[in-house]
Amino acid sequence: MLDIIMNDILGTPAILVGLFALVGLLLQRKAIAEVVSGTLKTVMGFVIIGAGAAVLTGSLDIFGKMFDHAFNVEGIIPNNEAITAAAQSEFGTSTALIMVCGMIVNILLARFTPFKYIFLTGHHTLFMACLIAATLSVGGLHGVPLVAIGAVILGLCMVLFPAILQPYVRQITGSDDFAIGHFGTIGYFVSATVGKWFGNKNKTTEEIKVPKSLGFLRDTSVAVSLTMVLFFIIVALFAGRSFIEAELSGGSNFIVFSFMQAITFAAGVYIILAGVRMLIAEIVPAFKGIAEKVAPNTKPALDCPTIFPFAPNAVIIGFLASFVAGLLSMFLLPVVGLKVIVPGLVPHFFTGAAAGVFGNATGGRRGAMLGAFANGIIISFIPAILLIFMGELGFEGTTFGDSDFGIIGILIASILKAFGAA
Amino acid sequence: MKIMVVCGNGLGSSFIMEMNVKKALAEMGKTAEVDHTDLTSARTVQANIYIGAADIVGQLDDGSRTIVTLENMMSIPEIKSKLETHL
Repeated sequence: MLDIIMNDILGTPAILVGLFALVGLLLQRKAIAEVVSGTLKTVMGFVIIGAGAAVLTGSLDIFGKMFDHAFNVEGIIPNNEAITAAAQSEFGTSTALIMVCGMIVNILLARFTPFKYIFLTGHHTLFMACLIAATLSVGGLHGVPLVAIGAVILGLCMVLFPAILQPYVRQITGSDDFAIGHFGTIGYFVSATVGKWFGNKNKTTEEIKVPKSLGFLRDTSVAVSLTMVLFFIIVALFAGRSFIEAELSGGSNFIVFSFMQAITFAAGVYIILAGVRMLIAEIVPAFKGIAEKVAPNTKPALDCPTIFPFAPNAVIIGFLASFVAGLLSMFLLPVVGLKVIVPGLVPHFFTGAAAGVFGNATGGRRGAMLGAFANGIIISFIPAILLIFMGELGFEGTTFGDSDFGIIGILIASILKAFGAA
Repeated sequence: MKIMVVCGNGLGSSFIMEMNVKKALAEMGKTAEVDHTDLTSARTVQANIYIGAADIVGQLDDGSRTIVTLENMMSIPEIKSKLETHL
């Protein structure tokens, strides 16, 4: 019996997260119908994430082979959803445990320390929990120490990163109502600092005319499809028709094949997003409800698009500047001996846009441009450096995209190495 | 009455807005079904009101949908005043 509980129930991450949702729903005294549907949907969310990973890894593998054949270096597509989904078969249980225990640490820190933030961006909590689970496991930790140390690191991330940004968030929103809880913090902080040094905040982006036609890229599915189609076809042209049709596509036309692989990748991301949405739908409100009771007078730390309406022009300028930096970095990375990070429209849109808003708040137009450009460099080089440490994990072709994941991953791996654990 | 809150990914900011819309409705003594999703899915979802940032829900505006745009997603008074006319 104990064996069934320990290995089959707690060892099945989908059931584990379902249990967390169940407890959360019961604590909120929800009606029985809501308890049943909420619990089932949470379990299903986890299963859907796995299904999305299965769709996407095939095309990732093909992209890797084409890229390698074309340029003789490894090409990596940074995508938080993809790597987290792919890692769940191996690190699912520890990810789920670190996620929930990390939320408890967050509440305790908000209750008892001056860091009064509650981190409500549930998908980023999940991704960070996965990164921590993976890096600590590589460092040789397992069992209770893995979860305990992981939860403390995650809880600290959930209050310290919003705290670092809060002075700048106040400048943007003109209030102290909420904080930003998004693991692109280092990029935003650097952007705001660059803006302060080199910009002039009186010359704001919001006085200039910016074409709104790029707004359709805010649609994640469109942005992922478009980038992947472009990159797949460019790489296919370099890899050559004969190689692809002989080795990969089984004879079908190499351009049509590449197009379909690109859309398959985007479809996988869409499936994973739907799964993550279901997975966190019950856990985040429960977390918020408990936090408001246990730790009153705290600030919610929210996803980065919550600041976009405060400077819509900076959003577009920031995205473009960050993406240009990503494209330049793509050519610089192999020169310094790192793997090539293919710039994705999605990470550059979300973190580049937010960096633009931060840069604009401290340094106006020039701040938004230079700050977001710095962010683009950071989210290209940090994931490439992280890959050196994550190499042994066998996650091929993808890695974490946003800056803080890379920083935390590199820190954990280096500290464990220093102690001789790895 | 169904209210759909929309953002680019359908994960973070729309989820927060959904919780705020529910809070605003409760304060106004109204009931409605509230859900959140991403922009792609929102195009095929039926709802009475679509809420989000202007650059997101603006893309859903085909002349027949009821669109509500928010400046400060955390402002309950703003949500209340903008929803009031549509309920």
